[in-house]
Amino acid sequence: MMDFIVIPILALLVVTAVTVARIRNLWAAVMFTGIYSFLSASWMLILDAPDVAFTEAAVGAGIATILMLATLSLVPRKTGKIGVLSDDDFRSKNPPTRRVVGSLVVVIGTGAMLIYGTLDMPLFEATDSAIQTYPDPSFVEKSQAEMGEHGLPNVVTAVLASYRGYDTLGETAVIFTAGIAVLLILRKSLPSDELNSIETQNGEVTR
Amino acid sequence: MIEFPIIRVVSKFMIPYILLFALYVQFHGDFGPGGGFQAGVIFASAIILYGLVYGLPAAKHVAPEWLVEKLIAMGLLIYAGTGFACVALGGNFLDYDVLDHHVLSGILPHQQHLGIFAVELGVGITVTSVMIMIYYAFSGRERRV
Repeated sequence: MMDFIVIPILALLVVTAVTVARIRNLWAAVMFTGIYSFLSASWMLILDAPDVAFTEAAVGAGIATILMLATLSLVPRKTGKIGVLSDDDFRSKNPPTRRVVGSLVVVIGTGAMLIYGTLDMPLFEATDSAIQTYPDPSFVEKSQAEMGEHGLPNVVTAVLASYRGYDTLGETAVIFTAGIAVLLILRKSLPSDELNSIETQNGEVTR
Repeated sequence: MIEFPIIRVVSKFMIPYILLFALYVQFHGDFGPGGGFQAGVIFASAIILYGLVYGLPAAKHVAPEWLVEKLIAMGLLIYAGTGFACVALGGNFLDYDVLDHHVLSGILPHQQHLGIFAVELGVGITVTSVMIMIYYAFSGRERRV
């Protein structure tokens, strides 16, 4: 029964991903990434991960899409033609074929290393993997006793905020740093000569 | 987008519920799915929706830039401060077991529950304000020719 939901969602995810890669209109591509995020959120809900689904729906489908659209309103709306090279490309000292070969080597090398890394991972659903055996018996049973006399019904929150409190502090610091960095880059970054020209246009300053 | 009546009315209808849902996710995160991260982005998305429909100045009137700017640091300080409060009370950093009190002990959370409550609040404040601030920073820019 579940397959009737799972298979269409996964199929739509694939279709959306291919469309994002192939479509040339950037506005449409951004909207498709939003759809992709929303489908992922549905998929995570099916996998019993409502916390992640919340985040994906709000950040991926909502805020990230808006930020992408805000960025698009500042840049050209179409990508250049893919795979079409001008004569200048061939006359340059670093011809495109060499660049393509270099990129391919890097991409294939990275992919091979990543696949090599997965060989050491425990098999899917293996009961003797570390995540199933530590802690003994499990966070699900232990956290009820350790989280005070009333217990904390949500084990995810207990793990995130108490057992992994340091991690979450670090994550919050990362978000803080990212926010500060965006502020530093985007705010008040007009060079002084441009500011002058804006003032001149407004008629406040005449030079 | 204020000239479109449907968008204006529907968003005005939706925003209070989005805010309420964010608060629910924040404060009910100990019992149901949710927590600071999720609540933060949901809360921020309500403000961003308001800004999209009614314009950036209106949003900045509701959530002033100087306040949001300070709240970014405030949330992280609440989180780290909870950790240091545990140290001051004789425990380890972020060891909430020492956060015990006897004020309304049946109603107010204490120990682990209080600690988790405090740090989730810190996470929520930081996430909300960072998201709003990034939106302000992006949408406040004009296209340069």
